[in-house]
Amino acid sequence: MHSSGISIWFFIGVMLTIYGAMILGYGLYELTLPQMAIANFHASIWWGAVLLAAGLFYGVRFRPGHES
Amino acid sequence: MFGLVPTSLFASGLHPASAAAIAFSAPSLAHLGPLDIAVIAIYFAMVIWIGFYLKGQANTSEEFFMAGREMTAWIAGLSFVSANLGSLELMGWAGSSYQYGILAAHWYWIGAIPAMLFLGMVMMPFYYVCKTHSVPGYLKLRYGQGSSTVAAVSFAFMTVLMSGVNMFAMAEVMKIVLGWDLNFSIIVSSLAVAAYVALGGLRSAIFNEVLQFVLIWGGALLVPILGLVETGGWSGFKARLAQNIATGAVPGGDYTHMWRSMGHFADNPMGIHWTGIVFGLGFAISFGYWTTDFLVVQRVLAANSLRSARLAPVIGSFFKMAVPFIVILPGLLGLVVLTNGDGSLMHLVGENVVAANPGAGLHSYNEVLPLMMVRYLGPGLLGLGITALIAGFMSGMAGNVSAFTAIFTYDIYQPHIVKHAKDEHYVLVGRIVTIVGVIISIGAAYMVMHAATIMAYVQALFSFFISPLLGVVLLGMFWKRATKAGGFWGLLLGTSVSIALWAWVYFDPSALKYVAFSADAKDMAENMYRALWSVTTAVVVNVVVSLFTKPRPLSELVGVVYGATSIPTEEPVPIYKNEWFWTGIAIVIFLALNIYFW
Repeated sequence: MHSSGISIWFFIGVMLTIYGAMILGYGLYELTLPQMAIANFHASIWWGAVLLAAGLFYGVRFRPGHES
Repeated sequence: MFGLVPTSLFASGLHPASAAAIAFSAPSLAHLGPLDIAVIAIYFAMVIWIGFYLKGQANTSEEFFMAGREMTAWIAGLSFVSANLGSLELMGWAGSSYQYGILAAHWYWIGAIPAMLFLGMVMMPFYYVCKTHSVPGYLKLRYGQGSSTVAAVSFAFMTVLMSGVNMFAMAEVMKIVLGWDLNFSIIVSSLAVAAYVALGGLRSAIFNEVLQFVLIWGGALLVPILGLVETGGWSGFKARLAQNIATGAVPGGDYTHMWRSMGHFADNPMGIHWTGIVFGLGFAISFGYWTTDFLVVQRVLAANSLRSARLAPVIGSFFKMAVPFIVILPGLLGLVVLTNGDGSLMHLVGENVVAANPGAGLHSYNEVLPLMMVRYLGPGLLGLGITALIAGFMSGMAGNVSAFTAIFTYDIYQPHIVKHAKDEHYVLVGRIVTIVGVIISIGAAYMVMHAATIMAYVQALFSFFISPLLGVVLLGMFWKRATKAGGFWGLLLGTSVSIALWAWVYFDPSALKYVAFSADAKDMAENMYRALWSVTTAVVVNVVVSLFTKPRPLSELVGVVYGATSIPTEEPVPIYKNEWFWTGIAIVIFLALNIYFW
């Protein structure tokens, strides 16, 4: 897919980065709240971090102009 | 649970009853916050951005309809699976696993994996070497224009109709889960799909399908993970389930084994026998869908080399085997973790019970996945989960629309309406047909809205065409003696037998004991055996007619038939890039899963 310019993996990286930052940010904010949902397991924090890490990896690895 | 139907709801795994059930269920389950809305809005912005970005790379017909045949094995493979992974599949099969247990996983494993591997390793070389642009295109090369046109017209008609049915069902899901207006859901989602497919063609559809595939996993994977954490893993889940069964809180039955109750139709709640699963589902239905339905085959034809085309279904098979983790497992976990407001175990029921008790606060089986999402996913994550459902719907619809566009332009418009036009003309036709296809789909959605029973019948229509098509394609590909007349009559009589058997059981339910070999058989078993009858008829008729008619000379069959085609030798690659190596790994995992959950 590199012959067509921007790789699809770059688009995926951008989207996961945005989602990861939003969800991780909310998870951190949630820590300041007095009550947590019973079955939450702080999922927003670690899942947001996973999405952010994956997004940054793909976003950087497949950035436009970078031949991978 | 695609039964005999190869696309959309059925193909993606939803039984007609489940589809209708989802469509007519009750009130909204979840409420989205600003963060969730932002997640969904970003998704829509992203898919439109991709469509506009790729517009400049869809100028020729090869680019618009075949994505320039530039897809890598990974892109083609993920798109191949994503086009089949609809949101209704997620919800419908999760509901079925809550109701029937892990039996539902048959549709993901034996109902998909052997066929996907067979496509990649055995059939793909012929599809790829003859450079066909579609399955009807292959029929034209092998059997002539007649069979091709019949297959193209039926496929085009069914595809847009199923796209509409899918659209309506999805809008109903959004209404149930979020309380969204039906018209809003239909218009917004279909406009987005129309925009990005019309702009960027198949390349845009495939790009978005890969994006949607990632989103589906990103949004849905968290539910079974958190469910297993809460129950103490698979062992903890089984212990809690056994306790619930012992106390009568959950109906008795074997929820965690796939083959033990397959000895007789009456031994399992699905009313299925192992012969139906193996030969009906595992061969007639599964091979028909995964190897001859252009909706999925189109993605593989867009691969950039024969090796990529062969690897793509193999890569897809690994993800297909993993899908039960985000579909079946949440349904099973729902049996032990879903509780009412007072802490008591929640009991999901059939749609008829929900409908008979309005205002009682009951939820149907099909709502198990949204209920699990609401239980585990907080702000932002819930938006991601809902986005996964929307993405699933849009990938399925884009698959239908892009396949319809290619079939109509290449196999109906070009051979029958305008034969010799410039390439740009066919690209323009393709863009227009994309829009028209979406408009027809919207019309079909509103038609279903006013006549719900159409939904079940439309899906039966699919069953009439795919299995006989399998018989005709297989013989054409592997038997040089098969003739034009044999292919045509095989397709016609195979279809006729399928329709006749369906009508027989419809008007006389007692005929089930003849069609499905047991009076205890249920709908899904009937679909399996009817598919088997249909493909058998197509093969037998094709053989008999071919033996009495004149075969084509061998020189005309080069590139389309085994024995008359030399498969290009590919450059040697390290073992970890070899398609046979990964096929072997897939077979081992497939067998291990079936043995572990025997």
